Amino acid sequence: MKLSGAEILIECLIEQQVETIFGFPGGAVLPIYDALYARSDRISHVLTAHEQHAGHAADGYARRTGRTGVCLATSGPGATNLVTAIATAYMDSSPVVFITGNVPQSLMGTDSFQEADISGMTMPVTKHNYLVHSVEKLASTLREAFFIAASGRPGPVLVDIPKDVQVAETEYVPLSGDALIPPLSAKHPTVQLRPSGEALERYKTKAQPRLEKAAQLIAEAHRPLIYCGGGVILSGAEAELLALAERVDAPVVSSLMGLGAVPATNPRMLGMLGMHGTHAANIAMQRCDLLIAVGVRFSDRALGKAAAFAPSAKVLHIDIDRAEINKNVTTTLHITGDARLVLELLLSRVSRKHHELWMQQACGMAEDYLTDSLFEPRKILKTIAATAPDITVATDVGQHQMWTAQHFPFIHPRQLITSGGLGTMGYGLGSAMGAAAGDPEGNPVVLITGDGSFRMNLTELSTIQHYGFPVIVVIFNNGTLGMVRQWQTLFYGHRYSQTTLDRGPDFVKLADAYGIEGTRVSDLAAFAEAFAKAVRERKPCIIECMLDIDEMVAPMVAPGSPIDAFCLN
Amino acid sequence: MTDTAALRHYTVGVLVANEPGVLSRVSGLFSRRGFNIESLAVGPTQDRTISRITLVVNGDEAHIEQLVQQLYKLISVQKVQVFSRETAVERQLVMVKVAADAQQREGIMRLADVFRAKVLDVSRSTMILQITGDADKVTALLELLSDYGILEMVQTGAVALERGETFMSSDLFD
Repeated sequence: MKLSGAEILIECLIEQQVETIFGFPGGAVLPIYDALYARSDRISHVLTAHEQHAGHAADGYARRTGRTGVCLATSGPGATNLVTAIATAYMDSSPVVFITGNVPQSLMGTDSFQEADISGMTMPVTKHNYLVHSVEKLASTLREAFFIAASGRPGPVLVDIPKDVQVAETEYVPLSGDALIPPLSAKHPTVQLRPSGEALERYKTKAQPRLEKAAQLIAEAHRPLIYCGGGVILSGAEAELLALAERVDAPVVSSLMGLGAVPATNPRMLGMLGMHGTHAANIAMQRCDLLIAVGVRFSDRALGKAAAFAPSAKVLHIDIDRAEINKNVTTTLHITGDARLVLELLLSRVSRKHHELWMQQACGMAEDYLTDSLFEPRKILKTIAATAPDITVATDVGQHQMWTAQHFPFIHPRQLITSGGLGTMGYGLGSAMGAAAGDPEGNPVVLITGDGSFRMNLTELSTIQHYGFPVIVVIFNNGTLGMVRQWQTLFYGHRYSQTTLDRGPDFVKLADAYGIEGTRVSDLAAFAEAFAKAVRERKPCIIECMLDIDEMVAPMVAPGSPIDAFCLN
Repeated sequence: MTDTAALRHYTVGVLVANEPGVLSRVSGLFSRRGFNIESLAVGPTQDRTISRITLVVNGDEAHIEQLVQQLYKLISVQKVQVFSRETAVERQLVMVKVAADAQQREGIMRLADVFRAKVLDVSRSTMILQITGDADKVTALLELLSDYGILEMVQTGAVALERGETFMSSDLFD
């Protein structure tokens, strides 16, 4: 059947079983929105207040559901507003397809109204991107885009479609199942599917020598430690990772992105590693003699001083992205591949070990960070966890994010949605509504945010109100850009340059203006009551927690120091 | 990570899809990852759907490993190969405009002869020479010509092909 480019786009989304997209209309995507109107029975569209947050929402949706998120925006400023969202998804390997309209090709290159070279601009922050020149290529391009976004190490892909391509017509043949897999999958190393059949046998043969060497390293180790990253969650390797930890009798530390892969309640789990890692995690890292790193990229925030990182350890690195091997840390041995598959193959070669003394040393360092101040972050987080232990938690970026990573006991994968790599303030509300939109049961999502971060995205309150997304916004209001202030306290002689937020808005009045409930609390009992009510009611709301301006994130390791050299305890 | 003593030139061949923007993708990767490109040459191949880029980069072994792996992450890149001096032939082309009056002309032509450079143009006070060769040969001739005064020069990036019966193909991943 003959369809317009815009109609083909919508049909391709249906082919990919896309149910929800996030976006904002404009001149260069009018044909697409018109085609969407006709198919609104199949695809629901969430209209945000700003394209950036539509991008974060598609990202949050992807992280929560494990399915590819989709975001739609117009040309020029609509497209450039996506850049932060694209870069955020890129740094954290989140599969999102971004679709932008562009001016007609006849106007391209003439600096026409709302023209921007978005494919040029986003090259460094996408896995791949496209400018579609002809309607005949549109369907195959979109199929490729979805495939690239989700395969191998996932990531964002942008498809820029000029308006004339949206309007032009061509023959469209619907495809499904394996027919949707583009030919490039066979040719390109970074967009492979998890191998099966013959490809699996080939992979096994190729990986065998490395798997045997890995098993030998494990057999020889006395103080093995497993370092679990976001790749474990992306590949669904949580069970295999835990099985390996038990078989090898090793403790586990996690990157920020890996939190939830191993439940915080498991005694092997020492918590997060790095600048704001736990004592137990950081010290175990410095003492281990074999580091089994799975699905991690050795971020500088996790490593501290790279040259002093895990000084006595041999490093076994398992990752799907070959370019991560030997990038930040020199490895003893690496195995490239899907984490679940590699761990599965490795488990069959590893025999049971016992490291009682090492386990005692490593796990005996768990400590209590409770401070004396009456109403403080850890207590709030514990209260949230006690009321709703499996609630999805989104965060913004700053002190509240690190407190959440340290003190909220994540018990399942995809429970934490946070901007790890890019550290995007303003990520939270968009990602939280994306996570909420991805849950057909309408379970509440809690957004832990700070007063600084929240001011960057609060415009989306209208969106959560309109769609009734059950996002409980918990604002840690300390009247400052807390993390920057903390660094100013520690490293800049208490000179609080431009970090004090002695200004509005009144968040309770703001909630009222947006038609949702707002509560200000200054003690734990009031917080517990407000939060329990919010969980019960499953409605969007704001709970503003008034905190001390000088509350700090501890422990802390100064940047560039070895990770056991704590500057704050 | 970088030991300056271990830095050397590497010549890297890259087969890429012949499509708009591919050169930006490759060169953008170099600048944002901090790789130091000495030269870059690009052109179509016998297969019109594939272009071949030759890069000369300065780095140590770890840099080059990273560079190859990062290149492979680009969807447009189909094959990457690092060439060694021993197994590949490498050429670049330079055109030099030298100050040359009637007396100097003959000396310059003798030099050109020794280096198998070609004289492309002669005027009353200038000559244009064309030199092809590897980097060492080019540098040596330029050094000698500088005695006469180099007025202007232009050079291509190096291109390289592996000797013998092996060749780069895009079927690596079968």
